[in-house]
Amino acid sequence: MSIEKKEFRPKIVAFCCNWCSYAGADLAGSSRLGYPADVKIIRVPCSCRVNPMFILRAFEKGADGVIMCGCHPGDCHYSTGNYYARRRMTLLFSMLDYIGVENGRTRVEWVSAAEGVKFSDTMNEFVEKIYSLGENVRLGDLRCRS
Amino acid sequence: MQELKDRARELLADGTVKRVLGWKIGDLPYNPEPAYFETEESLKDFVYNGFCGANLSKYMIEASKLDGKTMVCLKPCDTYSFNQLMKEHRVDREKAYIAGVGCKGKLDIEKIRKQGIKAIERIEGAGICDEAETLKIQTVYGEKTCAYADAMLERCHVCKGKEHKIYDELIGESKETADADRFDEVAAIEAMSPEEKFAFFQKELSKCIRCNACRNVCPACSCRKCVFDSTKFDSSQKANVDSFEEKMFHIIRAFHVAGRCTDCGECSRVCPQGIPLHLFNRKFIKDINELYGEYQAGEDTGAKAPLTDYTFEDAEPSIVGKRG
Amino acid sequence: MQRIGVFVCHCGSNIAATVDVAKVAEMALMEPGVVHAEDYQYMCSEAGQAKIAEAVHEKNLTGVVVCSCSPRMHEATFRKAAERAGLNPYMVEIANIREHCSWIHKDMEEATKKAVILMRAAVAKVNLNTPLKEGESRVTKRALVIGGGIAGIQTALDIADAGYEVDIVEKTPSIGGRMSQLDKTFPTLDCSACILTPKMVEAAAHEKITIYTYSEVEKVSGFVGEFTVDIRKKARHVDMDKCTGCGVCQEKCPSKKAPSEFNRGLNKRSAIYTPFAQAIPNVPVIDCDNCIKFKTGKCGICAKVCQAGAIDYEQQDEILTEKYGAIVVATGFDTINLEKYDEYAYSQSPDVITSLELERVMNAAGPTHGHLERLSDGKAPKEMVFIQCVGSRCSDDRGKSYCSKICCMYTAKHAMLIRDKYPDVNVTVFYIDVRTPGKNFDEFYRRAVEQYGVNYIKGQVGKVIPQPDGKLLVQASDLLDNQQILKEADMVVLATAIEPNPDVRKIATMLTASIDTNNFLTEAHAKLRPVESPTAGIFLSGVCQGPKDIPETVAQAGAAAVKAVGLLAKDKLMTNPCTAHADELLCNGCSTCENVCPYGAITYEEKEVNDHGIREVRRIANVNNALCQGCGACTVACPSGAMDLKGFSNRQIIAEVDAICR
Repeated sequence: MSIEKKEFRPKIVAFCCNWCSYAGADLAGSSRLGYPADVKIIRVPCSCRVNPMFILRAFEKGADGVIMCGCHPGDCHYSTGNYYARRRMTLLFSMLDYIGVENGRTRVEWVSAAEGVKFSDTMNEFVEKIYSLGENVRLGDLRCRS
Repeated sequence: MQELKDRARELLADGTVKRVLGWKIGDLPYNPEPAYFETEESLKDFVYNGFCGANLSKYMIEASKLDGKTMVCLKPCDTYSFNQLMKEHRVDREKAYIAGVGCKGKLDIEKIRKQGIKAIERIEGAGICDEAETLKIQTVYGEKTCAYADAMLERCHVCKGKEHKIYDELIGESKETADADRFDEVAAIEAMSPEEKFAFFQKELSKCIRCNACRNVCPACSCRKCVFDSTKFDSSQKANVDSFEEKMFHIIRAFHVAGRCTDCGECSRVCPQGIPLHLFNRKFIKDINELYGEYQAGEDTGAKAPLTDYTFEDAEPSIVGKRG
Repeated sequence: MQRIGVFVCHCGSNIAATVDVAKVAEMALMEPGVVHAEDYQYMCSEAGQAKIAEAVHEKNLTGVVVCSCSPRMHEATFRKAAERAGLNPYMVEIANIREHCSWIHKDMEEATKKAVILMRAAVAKVNLNTPLKEGESRVTKRALVIGGGIAGIQTALDIADAGYEVDIVEKTPSIGGRMSQLDKTFPTLDCSACILTPKMVEAAAHEKITIYTYSEVEKVSGFVGEFTVDIRKKARHVDMDKCTGCGVCQEKCPSKKAPSEFNRGLNKRSAIYTPFAQAIPNVPVIDCDNCIKFKTGKCGICAKVCQAGAIDYEQQDEILTEKYGAIVVATGFDTINLEKYDEYAYSQSPDVITSLELERVMNAAGPTHGHLERLSDGKAPKEMVFIQCVGSRCSDDRGKSYCSKICCMYTAKHAMLIRDKYPDVNVTVFYIDVRTPGKNFDEFYRRAVEQYGVNYIKGQVGKVIPQPDGKLLVQASDLLDNQQILKEADMVVLATAIEPNPDVRKIATMLTASIDTNNFLTEAHAKLRPVESPTAGIFLSGVCQGPKDIPETVAQAGAAAVKAVGLLAKDKLMTNPCTAHADELLCNGCSTCENVCPYGAITYEEKEVNDHGIREVRRIANVNNALCQGCGACTVACPSGAMDLKGFSNRQIIAEVDAICR
């Protein structure tokens, strides 16, 4: 039995709101603006639907980076959802930073339905950052590692 | 204390209240425990001294369901919690007769022990009415002394002030105890490198035995059923392993009380493992103050809580990386 | 356990060229709950949809996952297909393996791996899906229009012409609004009253329109389709049915000291008054604050002279409660208070006036009977200075950050009218930019400059200083010539910024309609739903939504009417089933969720619950499914996790997270 050192391929979860960012990701797709396959998108109605527990859960289960995308402030389909999301995520990220988790593993970006380019650029940038940070060891449940 | 006891007796006697929520003498001189007193007779065990740190406001959730009024003894800091619970419709103002009791700082037995004072038999100077600056402690090894301020709980050194935010009557004098900045500890951690921060919290949180004492004592953590106990998130509590579990629990717990935590410090006081849990809550409070303006939960029942409020110009989450 | 069918679409070569679709289908069979998997060239085609129906019947499927293009494209198609096959449409989930996979990746192995993971996430979610049912709610076929200006009148006329009952609630004694105060309108120079009055008459005469003037909305409850509104009809002290509108009472009223609101306080009116000659209804009101009878109990002249016996000093406010299916807000605007702009000497000199005041000065029914004259001494001015952007486009907090939009055009109009009627008067306009987008607008402005010789100077006025001789010294800078200007003027006109009617905030709160920091009501979508509020059943007409001129207001009024009619035409409303709901055993009743709900959909009720044998009355959140739009803000605000969102539940999202991180 040989132990092969596997090439690091990060697991990245992207929460996208249905009205802006998910549509922005669709536009990136139809415009063939590529980004690494490591990013997997979960559709939520609004960024305010993203519970900090989902983000911690993703890390617990082995994600190396989590990004949340929503409508630009002022453009939320539900008027105010992204404002609440913004405060929640700011506090959560600050707390993660406080307990010594690399800040680059979490990110929020506002992407409109018209911003396919921004979506793709953001994902490329974020994936690159996660590669530079390497595997997430500070968060994450050892039992979930395979 | 006698004044408080007398008032309790009067209020019970004239039927103003059906019961008194206070503290009774414990097994040891330094562990009085929260208790209900329903008869004048039972008040003989009533006690109020420097070791009565317990915040009784949370007990009012259940007491609000009982018949008649409950006289509840609340220290200045406890009144913030009562206000917050009232704002959240968890306690009934009409069911409470609030005796705002004086406070000259509460004592931490661990701090006394750390000075090498063990096998304690009796403590003088802890009473609320004596002006003693020094505690005289009788131990099996003879009398020891300890400065009152050196035996105080951390939270009393960063006291929010001795003004009761809500009360029906005030009983007893208070004494200012604040002599440190509330956010110094948090700032010290913020100044560490990520590695140091991680090591610090890893060390502290690995002590956690998930006994839920912090959760049970916290007036903000007063959900009928905690998410960690429900099936709603597939996150039921599990056995303690060296994993992310504890971090997740404490981060989420702090997040759930963010903007609602009055910083009463009970979580740290009751933690049997001595984890400085208030460092989580206080980090959120510090961030909220810095990012969204000064906010003290429980101070003003009409104010909008920071997590249910927003402005267009709020800081972006990327500020976390930029602050360094 | 669900019985799930997974259908992998080739989308011609759009997906199949980069994703090994057969492999995805094969892998799907290894997922829990999956009992059927196949791939097909075009799942959205008739044949593809038939495959879903076939599998539902043959394999007794309870859930369907389609791995295809974005759900934004065909989710509705596949839901309908599933519904036709007898499945609940909400048991269908889409794995987006085209836009989010095949189109952005080149390597087949990588793309296939990702497609498998996306499929897994969708399967994990469907495993937790539950059938959802769209709710139904009734529609009261009557609309309320708040505000009786041109926006409200036009909206009401359009709704009424479509055959629905409309009520207009107007705060002042007459409909007509700001437009009735204008003298002429740009860019055609039509007389404002001449084009407005017929509309006012038409609205008043329309059998489907009821007008409540001198009335205010007091309370709103209910939701789209079924609003209940309390309207306070303020006591007029004149019987609407008896009054003939002869006007004798106003003539004879001995108290004539009240500033006329209609003439912007430039002259006085009687205590019993109709705001203007063409007022509708032509029934006066008694202004109790200025009426001698009400102040001292002695007088009663109006009652004595009224042949119809219409004066009723005892009349009280009346509250009407009406039901509406739709509400249109048309509360309009006012000019800002100029107290923070004292450098223009508005409070110091009666010869410094706002543009709206100038409208009254120029109007034949105005305080000067249409003669352009100084309000201080009645002399004809020779030098007029107009100052643009007073309080508009302001970078500090004295004024408004936005452009008031109408000022450039009405200033050109004023300048032109003055030069036309009084060729010997010099007109100078100080501007920051001249903004004239709009049909025939720039031509209009150019006419003012080129034909009428209006002197436009790019530059801001620093100060207006009243001189001892009654003249006004204007200190300004000319930015193009880069020089300071000192100019003597006889009159100065301030193009004062407009702001939403101050009452709109109160109304927005009642309607739970969102409002921005400038007090403009927010539209549901800035581009695609500009006349709807995010709150269902609330529509926006006119300046309450943002600065606009008359043609734009009328156009928007019509659009709001169409939207309202579209709602009223329905017999019942289907409500989005993906709404929030509270688990009553977990709810703390803490009100946190209510505080973040943008729709006012959450209320609390005292309800008896049976919590594992403990029976007690608890305060519990109750979500109104007709109002809830399913954003989920409440679900995260809720600390106990009692609040959850159907279709995007906590467990469903966590299952997706787990599937992706597996």
